[in-house]
Amino acid sequence: MTYKIEMRNITKRFGNLTANDQVNLQVKKGEIHAILGENGAGKSTLMSILFGLIPADEGDIFIDGKQVHIKTPNDANRLGIGMVHQHFKLVEAFRVIDNIILGVEDVNKGLLSYQEARTKINELIKLYGLNVELDALIRDISVGQQQRVEILKMLYRDSEILIFDEPTAVLTPQEIKELIAIMKGFSREGKTIILITHKLNEIKQVADRCTVLRRGKMIDTVNVIDVSINEMADMMVGREVLFDVSKAPQAVGESILKVHNLTVKSPEQTFVKNVSFEVFSGEILGLAGIDGNGQTELIQAITGLRPFQEGTLTFKGIDVTNMSIREKYELGFAHIPEDRQRYGLILDFDLQSNLVLQNFYMEKFQSKFMLKFDRIREHSEKLINRFDIRSEKGPSTIVRNMSGGNQQKAILAREIQKPHHLLIAVQPTRGLDVGAIENIHKQLIDERQKGKAVLMVSLDIDEIMDVSDRILVMHEGEIVANVLAKDANINELGLYMLGEKREANNDGAHS
Amino acid sequence: MERIRNILKKCLAFILGKSKSILVTIKPSLIAICMGLIAGIIMMLIFNPSETLSGLRNLLIGVIYRNNQLNLRGILTTLHHSTTIILTGIAVVFAFRTGLFNIGASGQMMMGAYVTVHVGVLWSLPAPFHWIVGIFLGVVAGTIYGLIPGILKAMRNVNEVVTSIMLNWIAASLLVYLVNRNVLNPFTQGGSQNIQPTAIIPRLFSNYQLTIGFLIAIAMGILAHFLLYRTTLGFQLRASGFNVDGSKYAGMNTKRNIILSMGISGAFAGLAGALLFSNYGKTLSTEVHVFMEGFEGISVALLGLGEPIGAIIAGIFLSYIKQGGFYMQPAFRPEISDMIIGVIIYFTAISLALQLALKKYSGKIKTFIKRKHLTTREEDEQ
Ligand SMILES: Nc1ncnc2c1ncn2[C@@H]1O[C@H](COP(=O)(O)OP(=O)(O)OP(=O)(O)O)[C@@H](O)[C@H]1O
Ligand SMILES: [Mg+2]
Repeated sequence: MTYKIEMRNITKRFGNLTANDQVNLQVKKGEIHAILGENGAGKSTLMSILFGLIPADEGDIFIDGKQVHIKTPNDANRLGIGMVHQHFKLVEAFRVIDNIILGVEDVNKGLLSYQEARTKINELIKLYGLNVELDALIRDISVGQQQRVEILKMLYRDSEILIFDEPTAVLTPQEIKELIAIMKGFSREGKTIILITHKLNEIKQVADRCTVLRRGKMIDTVNVIDVSINEMADMMVGREVLFDVSKAPQAVGESILKVHNLTVKSPEQTFVKNVSFEVFSGEILGLAGIDGNGQTELIQAITGLRPFQEGTLTFKGIDVTNMSIREKYELGFAHIPEDRQRYGLILDFDLQSNLVLQNFYMEKFQSKFMLKFDRIREHSEKLINRFDIRSEKGPSTIVRNMSGGNQQKAILAREIQKPHHLLIAVQPTRGLDVGAIENIHKQLIDERQKGKAVLMVSLDIDEIMDVSDRILVMHEGEIVANVLAKDANINELGLYMLGEKREANNDGAHS
Repeated sequence: MERIRNILKKCLAFILGKSKSILVTIKPSLIAICMGLIAGIIMMLIFNPSETLSGLRNLLIGVIYRNNQLNLRGILTTLHHSTTIILTGIAVVFAFRTGLFNIGASGQMMMGAYVTVHVGVLWSLPAPFHWIVGIFLGVVAGTIYGLIPGILKAMRNVNEVVTSIMLNWIAASLLVYLVNRNVLNPFTQGGSQNIQPTAIIPRLFSNYQLTIGFLIAIAMGILAHFLLYRTTLGFQLRASGFNVDGSKYAGMNTKRNIILSMGISGAFAGLAGALLFSNYGKTLSTEVHVFMEGFEGISVALLGLGEPIGAIIAGIFLSYIKQGGFYMQPAFRPEISDMIIGVIIYFTAISLALQLALKKYSGKIKTFIKRKHLTTREEDEQ
């Protein structure tokens, strides 16, 4: 039979690293085809080749059985291929409708008018349930809606092949449900979908077939109904993956961080309203909530990235309200930031420099203001091995060229190995594969076992339930619930998150 | 046959930017230099076609080889003149690596120049100390003058480009005021007095202009490289230059970094002025004008691809072309070399900007252009 898409013996090398090694991909018309693989397995690379963003070194591509040469995204568009990138490529200051139409210029149907475009888009919206306000500015709509704009862009170009690179990593559970329904709609209409995701349950829910990549090589293509989630995970990692987070009991110790009546405002808006809570040694405190309810601002205020207007911070009995970021770091704060590219890394520095970003000036790495590069390299090699950070050139890889998941691992490695009492981890597993997630959860629990205090922020309610000992829920800048994880259930947490229920009198300390 | 094909392939890969050698890094500079020379040849063909070939030869190798012998004077003069622009180039590079644009190297250089002349004319000190103290205090003056835009930027977030330009003009006027007041030459009334012989910086060879200032400039390039890439300070400065939020997160004091970087940059520029005016016979004029060498530093920094070592090479190269223009006389006017330099700088800036723009803003630029189409179309509809 002829496949809708066939990629034959695709090879792509970056220097010494082979990101795709003789990969074969066959996608049938109208199916939802998942691509699964660890961080750095080469998924994004393969799709970038199909979409004409980077050229393959070897291999051929066939669409509908005919060989094609895709050199630019425009070529891809002409062949009916559309892609939603992990980081959206929308113009923030433009309206939704403009953003959708902008793409069409490439197809050169110069005669389309605004009214016609509007009618066509509205039809698409109705057909697939992609509700979005056409005249709103991109910067005013949520991430989930921005994604819909990206999808509408593809549809508007009459794309028959839709590529989604980790579309659910940034969505709330509700939005994920909706996206899944939308994708099923596409497949019913005969569109062909390629989906990259790390979430195996999503693959189980939507995909017909699944191709597994491991370290650049294609391992297998399987029918999703024939395999269990565990089997998929094993195939992808090459070993058995344990899904259950097992936690030994651990006694909760002294108070490490005490947040008292913290308020964070901008001239226009109050992000955090009079919040108080404590984190104790030997516990993982999970901070749950729907994105945009003040979690980001709260953490930034605690760590020092954002000034706050009222309240005090106490760290192991010391008043740290007015301390600098470096002073806090030296006292024993560790912080995995939410936006890894903006805060966590200097993307143009190499990996080894990034691994000493906060402590390069300490005895270990410096004498008389000179950096000790041999020590820095040694240090980075240790972390690279221990945390399995994969990259092209090891310590001297420019971080910008590393895969998203491996960038995250680098930050995690740096923060966990530093001497600390408190680890603040904001969405620590975003964009990571199951093997890496398992590893990170294990690390977080290790932290707790060692008597550290862990404050974890996550939008993923399952992660919160699995890993935390105690859960705080934030809604509109306030803490509306403080429950022990063993007493919590998902439905109740959901109600707290939506603000439909709130605990009477909570002081943020242990109940 | 096979070999030729390989070479061709490599050339192609080079032009397309696919091989990753040092050549690729310096490609924008090389292309710009070629464009500059082509423009120069066209000009020469227009003005004096029959002499073009010999003119070109004089331009390109006259500095080294002339009248069938090694042109030592040409070489040493070239190096001598490169000293100042190497240093202003390093000043611009240093700030640039921290994400700052020091367009005020001229002003900092003028302050350095004045203080050195002041010390050289009015103070009495024994020989090596006199010029050493003069130059040292010149550097201090440049540093202080560089700190001003740094402090304003760090504390009040005032754009350093705006303040630097204003400070250039303030320096120009201040310079004339101070010269008139303190060190005016009573006979000519048009400039400063000559500095005392003890304040003159020693030459390397007694018959040639070249002084130890050139060696100092080279040493400064190496020092700047060292500072940026080997020290904890450089680590922080570069981190802030690449990503301010990331450096803040890492606990670095980004405000202090801005101030320090501008201060150090000012020190290099101050040194440029101090060395230049420690030369025999150099006097400050009483006409209000901004020293061009500061702006030439921007050219040097661009052509040197924002690297201190690059600034050394670019400084010598530009000085070489300029000197070469001198040897094109009388068939051509030496200004041709200025024009060539202009084209080179223009193209370096363009190709750098293009590369950066393509990398960073390709999406945005595209959509911006499209947006323009769109608006016009929407207007048409109505
Ligand atoms: N431009 C580049 N230069 C050098 N190496 C690169 C480049 N792009 C990707 N790589 C390397 O190729 C490998 C595959 O990267 P890719 O982004 O395809 O991984 P991925 O499967 O999408 O991973 P993730 O799930 O973490 O996003 C990685 O090791 C990465 O470091
Ligand atoms: Mg990827």
